[in-house]
Amino acid sequence: MSLAPTFEKARADGRGVLIGCMPAGFPTVEGGIEAMRAMAAAGVDVIEVELPYSDPVMDGPVIQRASEIALAGGVRTADVLRTIEAVAEVGVPVVLMSYWNPIERYGVDRFARDFAAAGGAGVITPDLIPDEAQEWLAASDRYGLDRIFLVAPASTDERLAMTAEHCRGFVYATSVMGVTGAREQTSSAAPTLVERLRRFTDLPVGVGLGVRDGSQAAAVAGYADGVIVGSALIRCLLDAPDPDSGLEALRALSADLAQGVRAPSAATEKQ
Amino acid sequence: MSDETPEQLPDSAGHFGRFGGRFMPEALIPALDELDAEYRKIQSDQGFQDEFAKLLREYGGVPSLLYDATRLSEAVGARILLKREDLNHTGAHKVRNVLGQALLTQRMGKKRIIAETGAGQHGVASATAATLFGLECVVYMGEEDTRRQALNVARMRMLGATVVPVSTGSRTLKDAMNEALRDWVTNVATTHYMIGTAAGPHPFPAMVRDFARGIGVEARAQCLELTGRLPDAVCACVGGGSNAIGIFHAFIPDSSVRLYGFEAGGEGVSTGRHAASITGGDTGVLHGARTYILQDEDGQTIESHSISAGLDYPGVGPEHAWLHDTGRATYEPVTDAEAMDAFALLCRTEGIIPAIESAHALAGARRVARELGPDATIVVNLSGRGDKDVETAGKFFGIIEERS
Repeated sequence: MSLAPTFEKARADGRGVLIGCMPAGFPTVEGGIEAMRAMAAAGVDVIEVELPYSDPVMDGPVIQRASEIALAGGVRTADVLRTIEAVAEVGVPVVLMSYWNPIERYGVDRFARDFAAAGGAGVITPDLIPDEAQEWLAASDRYGLDRIFLVAPASTDERLAMTAEHCRGFVYATSVMGVTGAREQTSSAAPTLVERLRRFTDLPVGVGLGVRDGSQAAAVAGYADGVIVGSALIRCLLDAPDPDSGLEALRALSADLAQGVRAPSAATEKQ
Repeated sequence: MSDETPEQLPDSAGHFGRFGGRFMPEALIPALDELDAEYRKIQSDQGFQDEFAKLLREYGGVPSLLYDATRLSEAVGARILLKREDLNHTGAHKVRNVLGQALLTQRMGKKRIIAETGAGQHGVASATAATLFGLECVVYMGEEDTRRQALNVARMRMLGATVVPVSTGSRTLKDAMNEALRDWVTNVATTHYMIGTAAGPHPFPAMVRDFARGIGVEARAQCLELTGRLPDAVCACVGGGSNAIGIFHAFIPDSSVRLYGFEAGGEGVSTGRHAASITGGDTGVLHGARTYILQDEDGQTIESHSISAGLDYPGVGPEHAWLHDTGRATYEPVTDAEAMDAFALLCRTEGIIPAIESAHALAGARRVARELGPDATIVVNLSGRGDKDVETAGKFFGIIEERS
């Protein structure tokens, strides 16, 4: 399974793809599966499962807290694979976001095999650059997995071209220099980065870091192919007084975001 | 790999054999490239090297002495020469690294440095260098450590630094490093990350080594002058490993000189409560490099334990991982109890209170002395002084009361 058809269809429909992130095992393994299925039912096009990691250097306080809760609950890599399988079962494409060490520890080839068997479409690797990825390039080719590397506003043209060349599925553009987390405004650096990136690749571009509601999603969908939302969705569960109201908030935000990507704004967002 | 000599490592991408490299977000790669370019430039820049040497000499108190510790030697049963890095300004070898990096920061035109610290030694050293160079300084420190090391927090603040307590994860050094990396990825255009040891992504392991390698260059020449020959062994403690790689590096081509790195064995490697990444860990990726780390079956980092805050880290610099794999250096654990025993021995024989980190090297040297016998000459890197450890040691030996 690849993300390509999802992006092609959205492009034909003149809308953006909504990618919603949730750590596996948060608040529990079963609770996480239920949350991700709820997101999919409410209009999230692609579920990004995050593998909780002890040292998430790219993540802000919200994802850190959710990951800590998942790890404290004893989530294992096997549970993450089980989550992917359970979510992919309902027909929504699933990508994984994982720091590199858990995959290396599992065994790169073995992980690619088991991830593909679980129905996963591709893997986002925030701390693996193509320069260090020989083993992953081979394993992802062998099992037909999308591989999504990150680019940033600080990336040089050479690195944009090189990184995009090694991506499959889409390219992940981090819209601000910084860690994950919802912000009042998404950065003006993002449209510039996407524009630069398009000179080097025809792959879809997903923009992440900072989106928190439907109108921001609409703004990002105005210039990017994919809108990636994490912290704002996770916060629905973190801030809720009880699990049911958490799921309710999660469904409402998912629907709002889904509406946003279906109404891309023409103009680039103003600061 | 066989035709490469150690001096040529790392390769251009920062690899020591299968170790090292760059496992970092793309957002930081341009900054690492900039740093790498600057680091390459200064290697052949006599102006920089002269300025660095002058700073070390006139401000850092370097070269440090190589002291013929006769009373300790008698107690240990081999000739022990102590490389007195404890006499440097700020009390440890770390002043070499921070002065080098501060000079580099100035060259890159950056006005702000950030640093991580465990017990506060690297934080104090960074704050010192920042003050000297007129740079803004922010130090990340585990919340728990800011309480336990209140005096070092005060020292950093006196020097004008901002100390940020880190309350995420396990609230230890590794989490302080995570938080520093998060700051860096956000402020990289204006900020240099002054990593405190020979670890992290390329070029840090090589660069920090080169700023610290004067320790070994000096010790080698001083030993030849004092004894007329090279030592039989060189001993150092290993946490991240900057003092060890600093003293080892000049001796690597001298195949007759045995190199020993002593890791923090905590309560014993078999108890699981230790910080011995090489002898008690496995290959993995942490904080930007492939090296030996403490991790569980799923690759989650395991918390380290040591009486010595400076060795209490679940990873090790990649060049040590490589020296271990090639067999050029030998790494062994030293327990808290062994280290404290050696700590007391140095206090009572030589009137020198060592850092608990350095006491691990002394404890290891006692073992090496038993193995090599009375004719052996052993250079021990006394990497830091023990002022900061008086409270810990006082409690350990029961000579001061626990504060309630």
